[in-house]
Amino acid sequence: MSADTGVSSQTGVIHDIGYQRYTGERLGRAYSARSLYTHGLRTSYGLGRSAKAKIFPWIVVGIVGLVAVVVTAVRAQSGEVVMTYWGFTEAMATLVILFLAVTAPELVSRDIRGGVLPLYFSRPLTRTDYPLAKYAALVSATFLLLAGPQLFMFIGGAFTLDRIGDVWSEFVDFSKGLSASAVYAVAFSALAILVSSLAGRRAVAAALVVALFLVTTPIYGVMAGVAFSGAADGGMPTGDSLRMLQLGGLVSPMTLVAGVVQWWYPPIEEIEQYGPLFGGPDGPLYLGVTAALVAVSLLLLLLRYRKVAR
Amino acid sequence: MTLIATDALTKRYPNGVAALSDLTVDVEPGIIGLVGANGAGKSTLIKILLGLLPPTAGRVRVLDLDPATDAGAVRARVGYMPEHDCLPPDLAAAEFVTHMARISGLPKTAARERASEALRHVGLYEERYRQIGGYSTGMKQRVKLAQALVHDPDLLLLDEPTNGLDPAGRDAMLMLIHRIGTEFGISVVVCSHLLGEVERICDSLVAIDGGKLLRADRVSAMTEARDVLVVEVAEGTDELVTRLSGLGLRVDREGRALLVPLSDDGTYDAILGAVAALDLPLHSLDQRRHRVAELFATRSPNGSQEAANVG
Repeated sequence: MSADTGVSSQTGVIHDIGYQRYTGERLGRAYSARSLYTHGLRTSYGLGRSAKAKIFPWIVVGIVGLVAVVVTAVRAQSGEVVMTYWGFTEAMATLVILFLAVTAPELVSRDIRGGVLPLYFSRPLTRTDYPLAKYAALVSATFLLLAGPQLFMFIGGAFTLDRIGDVWSEFVDFSKGLSASAVYAVAFSALAILVSSLAGRRAVAAALVVALFLVTTPIYGVMAGVAFSGAADGGMPTGDSLRMLQLGGLVSPMTLVAGVVQWWYPPIEEIEQYGPLFGGPDGPLYLGVTAALVAVSLLLLLLRYRKVAR
Repeated sequence: MTLIATDALTKRYPNGVAALSDLTVDVEPGIIGLVGANGAGKSTLIKILLGLLPPTAGRVRVLDLDPATDAGAVRARVGYMPEHDCLPPDLAAAEFVTHMARISGLPKTAARERASEALRHVGLYEERYRQIGGYSTGMKQRVKLAQALVHDPDLLLLDEPTNGLDPAGRDAMLMLIHRIGTEFGISVVVCSHLLGEVERICDSLVAIDGGKLLRADRVSAMTEARDVLVVEVAEGTDELVTRLSGLGLRVDREGRALLVPLSDDGTYDAILGAVAALDLPLHSLDQRRHRVAELFATRSPNGSQEAANVG
């Protein structure tokens, strides 16, 4: 034995320390789900991935950030508030959809196509934990996409205020913007992740996500066109036409969620000019339909993951 | 301790296909070969062991836990390597295996350390920061094994681990599995449709066919007293047969060679003595182990056709 050690120390042999059993802590299912959530959030922004995976999410981040910078800069220069916080959220809806079309397939379609799901389901994680963790990651990623630039707008805006007391009302507006962003993130992510979970190919899933949101929007456009065609020049539709206009927003996720936000935070000028298009007495209906849409999407998502990779 | 115990385990799929019927088997820790033709029910059995599928009838225990009711506890202590592709191509192996370790419940730092260790043990230490998409089939199989091993399970379930590998890759993979089973102290169930392959590394074999148990036993018990000596002489084969028969040995002919059942070391001496006495030029004298496949074939007459295919 002593001869052995003598030889190895002389020749500098690297010892194979062999296999060592793991005696440390084993954390439970909640930790597994949390790890999947963190990984999903990082994946959404291409972190820990190749440079190629970073391109698309960060282009969207760049554009949304740029808008916030411009809005903040204009306000600092002229003192004019170009956009409310929740107006910013609404204006960014199309970019949110683009972001979801990139990240939702990245989060779920990739695992289906790569056959990775059996590796997850053979671990403590359950078939309910997996889709919910992924959904939570997507909601968080989308919320951050909107909330980050809004925080920038708030900090930039706070410096342009004359009185320190105005910071509080600015903060209230900022929180309203965040709540609007949260509604968008929760509702849009639910639809996007459900649609993506149906396709294994990322390109197909991305196309499905875009189609779901953008194809339904013109339907509302047509309804609005019909409503306005019956109205007097430059005037508002009345009676049934107005009703169609007010309820037409329910057909598309874009206008549906916009309806909820406009009910919460009515755009003042438009009310004076036209009266409420969305919201108003229909606000609760819009919120109810949004909540039902999220609930049904998640239910279908869970059902989907009961079946997949059996 | 019993590693895996099933009692009248039955699994029928909704479409009426019976994947497992009335399977009763007790498996001791070690390296276990689970052999059967494609569609014999191996993968179904593995999924039941992991608690991914509920059995239609019967009972099953893995590591003294019931996977039907305690799936989480079972899965925390079991590592699973699926048969098919299951790796994301655009992640580095180290990153992927670390992620899987965390999903198995290992804290962040431990996960990273164990991932490096697991990749080292499967021989991918140098390449661990490369993207998996650029790996060869053999390297991918090793990553699949590493992710099953990373959380230090008590039981590894390997589904066709040598699939798609060339002969050298197969040997390397089998040696690795043998090392895991012997040196690492982890019990391994190796699924394969190639009996000849797994019998080399396994302590015990479970053969199933059409969802039914053909035979389950230790490899040593199956081959016990069944080894034969193969004698080949350049000439005088007939005389040797007469002489050996005269010594009370059972001699079978196989082409130019003679097969003599090996009962003890005396058999060697008897044959050598006979050859020397007759002054015959001895070509070869080898010990041949019975292929386990033959044992399955002789054991179950009605399942012999399938068993032969298995080998």
